[in-house]
Amino acid sequence: MDASANKVNTVLPESTVRVDLRINGRNYVLPDIWIGENLLYVLRERLGLPGSKNACEQGECGSCSVLVDGMLVCACLVLAADASGCEITTVEGLGRTLADPADSSGQEEGQTQGQGQTQGQGQGQTQEERQGQGQGEQDLAGPTIIASSMPMPQLQDISVTDGMSFEGALSRMHPVQQAFVNTGAIQCGFCTPGLVVAVADLLSHNPHPSALQVREAISGNLCRCTGYGRIFAAVRRAEELLAGTA
Amino acid sequence: MSPMSSASPVPPVLPMSPPMPVAPDTTREGGRRESSGSNGSNGMIGTSGLIGSSVIRPDAVDKARGDFAFSSDLWAEGMLWGKVLRSPHPSARILSIDTARAQQMPGVMAVLTWADLPGDQVFGLDAKDQPVFAHDVVRYAGEPIAAVAATHPELARQAVDAIVVDFEPAIPLVDPDEALSAPATHEAGNVFRHITLRHGDIKAEGDVVVEGTYEVGMQDQAFMGPESGLAIPSSDGSVDLYISTQWLHVDRDQVAACLGLPPELVRLHLAGVGGAFGAREDITIQVQLCLLALRTRRPVKMVFSRAESFLGHVHRHPARMWYRHHARRDGTLVKVEARIVLDGGAYMSSSAAVIANATCFAAGPYRVPSAAVDGFAVRTNNPPCGAMRGFGAVQVCFAYESQMDRLADALQMDPIELRLKNAICSTDRLITGQVVGGTAPVAEVIRAAAEAPLPEPASGDLLELPGGAGRCAEYDKVVRGTGFAVGFKNLLYSEGFDDFSTARCRLDGDMATITCAAAEVGQGFVTLARQVVTETLGVTKVRISSGDTNEIGSAGSTSASRQSWMSGGAVLEACKAVADRVLSMAADTLQVRPETLRLSVGYVVSGDGIPLISLNDLTRGKPVEESVVFHHKPTDPLDSDGQGNAHVSFAFVAHKAVVDVDVELGLVRVVQLSTAQDVGKVLNPLQLLGQIEGGTLQGVGLAVMEELLVADGIVQNPSFTDYLIPTTLDAPDIVVTRLVEEPDPLAPFGAKGAGEMPAISSTPAVVSAIRNATGLALSRVPVRPQDIAFGYAKSDSA
Repeated sequence: MDASANKVNTVLPESTVRVDLRINGRNYVLPDIWIGENLLYVLRERLGLPGSKNACEQGECGSCSVLVDGMLVCACLVLAADASGCEITTVEGLGRTLADPADSSGQEEGQTQGQGQTQGQGQGQTQEERQGQGQGEQDLAGPTIIASSMPMPQLQDISVTDGMSFEGALSRMHPVQQAFVNTGAIQCGFCTPGLVVAVADLLSHNPHPSALQVREAISGNLCRCTGYGRIFAAVRRAEELLAGTA
Repeated sequence: MSPMSSASPVPPVLPMSPPMPVAPDTTREGGRRESSGSNGSNGMIGTSGLIGSSVIRPDAVDKARGDFAFSSDLWAEGMLWGKVLRSPHPSARILSIDTARAQQMPGVMAVLTWADLPGDQVFGLDAKDQPVFAHDVVRYAGEPIAAVAATHPELARQAVDAIVVDFEPAIPLVDPDEALSAPATHEAGNVFRHITLRHGDIKAEGDVVVEGTYEVGMQDQAFMGPESGLAIPSSDGSVDLYISTQWLHVDRDQVAACLGLPPELVRLHLAGVGGAFGAREDITIQVQLCLLALRTRRPVKMVFSRAESFLGHVHRHPARMWYRHHARRDGTLVKVEARIVLDGGAYMSSSAAVIANATCFAAGPYRVPSAAVDGFAVRTNNPPCGAMRGFGAVQVCFAYESQMDRLADALQMDPIELRLKNAICSTDRLITGQVVGGTAPVAEVIRAAAEAPLPEPASGDLLELPGGAGRCAEYDKVVRGTGFAVGFKNLLYSEGFDDFSTARCRLDGDMATITCAAAEVGQGFVTLARQVVTETLGVTKVRISSGDTNEIGSAGSTSASRQSWMSGGAVLEACKAVADRVLSMAADTLQVRPETLRLSVGYVVSGDGIPLISLNDLTRGKPVEESVVFHHKPTDPLDSDGQGNAHVSFAFVAHKAVVDVDVELGLVRVVQLSTAQDVGKVLNPLQLLGQIEGGTLQGVGLAVMEELLVADGIVQNPSFTDYLIPTTLDAPDIVVTRLVEEPDPLAPFGAKGAGEMPAISSTPAVVSAIRNATGLALSRVPVRPQDIAFGYAKSDSA
């Protein structure tokens, strides 16, 4: 029952739209996307930013948490077209540093550490591809990216190379990400990107939350592996790292 | 006269600890580890001290940055999107399937049904009874009927909607008890397996008899990363499938059979797995993805929506259990009688093994001289059920621990004392006649969990009241209760199954590469494998690869709490084999006996630690490689009386629960769970704590909120809006009071699997605490608000 093979790859559903997005300090133009595409789909499938995860697609799990104009939202509930002109920060943008002048504008409060385009650790092709993109994208002043379908991470085996540069990798991350790594808050890791964005947002508004405030602030982020115990520990560690008391 | 090569000067002082990231050990505040007996490992192990350390996950950095590629993150040039059409009916005849309109739609590249499948029409882990695509009949709501591939996911969805199926619906068989006598819904009949277990004197009677009927609802694994994968066809007719799964090779065998291809032409690769908990043991999208890719000659990606995920994988078996316990006046158990019916749903999956566990462990971790248990797993038109964390041990633990509380009541005895009095030990027999063997620190686990101090009373903060900030509960109506439960389960596969894992170790200079197909699903096997390599070979540059199914043999499933033991054992043996060869090579070069040498931090060193020759000099460019296949002790099938040495080893666990209940509104807040667990030996304290906390919370979910509601065969709540799993506001404080370390003499390093146990006794402990607060019988989980509120109203007016 094969359908005819002469149809082209670029066929889209009816009603398309042009969308301009500004993500992690870079401008993107999407000249032609289906009008029904949500921000999460565009990030993941068109712009090569799959860090935000799709686990429920109805705003119940928080795995796709991003900041839109400084507000914590589920990217699955925002139409990409509605995010046009907004300043969007994803998990990939969390670790960008103020120390790098090219990346200095448009950053959320509290994101003062880490570096932008990551230097390759493990993950071979994934990293290299993303580095490649990074070089092309540069910064605010650089060229605008016109994307209809950006190259995405290719295939990988879950292989890990030596831990020699672990400390180096860690130092280039946002303190919340460092805290998640060091406290055992990560198991399967699917909820992690959404949680680190949500926790970074919490601590930027409330640097010393009570235990109950922490529970309430991240109650929209479901995790099925950890039982949340180590995640609470990670929030405390992040609080200390950000306050310089760790 | 130095025997060292001049090419690579040895530093005068070797670093004391290898540069592998280790978290400070903060994981046992307030708890302690109890150790007895010797380390189960041989003399060569223990050079680095990494076994037992909280080594950080090697994939944690990428996962925190969003750089780790899960199966849903994959992409390939020219990729299409796959989507599956599912049956809306739990039971129906298919009169016709019309795909013509779907095929004509723009962007649609293939619409496939059963007629397109070149190989086997059916698959299954055990009996092959489940169709890849329904042909003339559907047996559950959600059964796949057709698959499409299109250039955009929305076009794929529209194409699925455009397929016209003419159904003749039938009345579904949805009651598992009726299934035993109802007309068969499948040519293989309605009973997947009936186990008759008879042990000791089945005519024995006790002075005190308690009887009860218990029910467990359908729990879902509800992992966060939905089923997803990417299939890439090759011009030679072969296919590569990148997939999140628990067992690559058994997937491969099923997929190849359905595609009609030799297994070597179907290469499965492990893509990043977002949790599993049993739901990825059966294949779900694998065949459809490969078939779409082969037919369109394009890469095809498929990602389940959350609703499809709830419909597309197996669930925990709902259970109906009748129990009668006999005891002497002093509390000594005399006999346990039980009848257990598990609803397996439409297809077999692993039902036969789940009912074996439920039956074998029906009496709990107690000395029970006589038992008569009938276990049934039956076929209905409900969603198929199979593996989930705890695998049959969870359901019966709720029943037998409820019975133990009831018995303690009848005897007017302290429930913990009753459990201690009957606690099984390693020289006792289970009701299967098997001597427990190994280590069985049941009494220690009970005492340790029981001794945890009670938490402070609720603060009155709205968030800390049952119902939370919705301000449902009245502070005055909140009653605190405490409860207790003990549980146990087998480790590894049972009943004569040939269970093994394969691993290859390759040492090239000071870099070791491990190839092992063990599925990393979040549990931390990749961390443990690194620890084992560094411990054994003294190198810190380690690459862990899962390979593809052609590169390495099977590692078995990431289930049954088996990968630390089985694949940990395989990696250990492969590394030891490499170490032996390297030491022999060094001994030849140095003209000494190999027994005088060992490996440390990239060098061959003398017995007193003097570096003699570097691994770079010995093996760089001349890699040393060894592969091993690691088996566990063979087991026997159960005989016709359910007797036999069917299991390898067991692990034990206890939980004490504290709950606050608004008794009028039926709202429950689980305040604290303290737990102690028999772990053999702690390999990585931080990862172990993660398993205990995560498993315990899944048990809390089953106790008070998690249930897939199935009405007339149709799942009513396939979303995270309606199927509730615990959030941060629902999670109790989880306190590990003790990790009991009595090394299992059979296990590598003496370590018992630890993943499933926390999910076993947490559920009955919570329900016991709710009973303690309300005085209600509560014989069903999850406990719903109406079970408490209506029950309380009734008992109040009585």
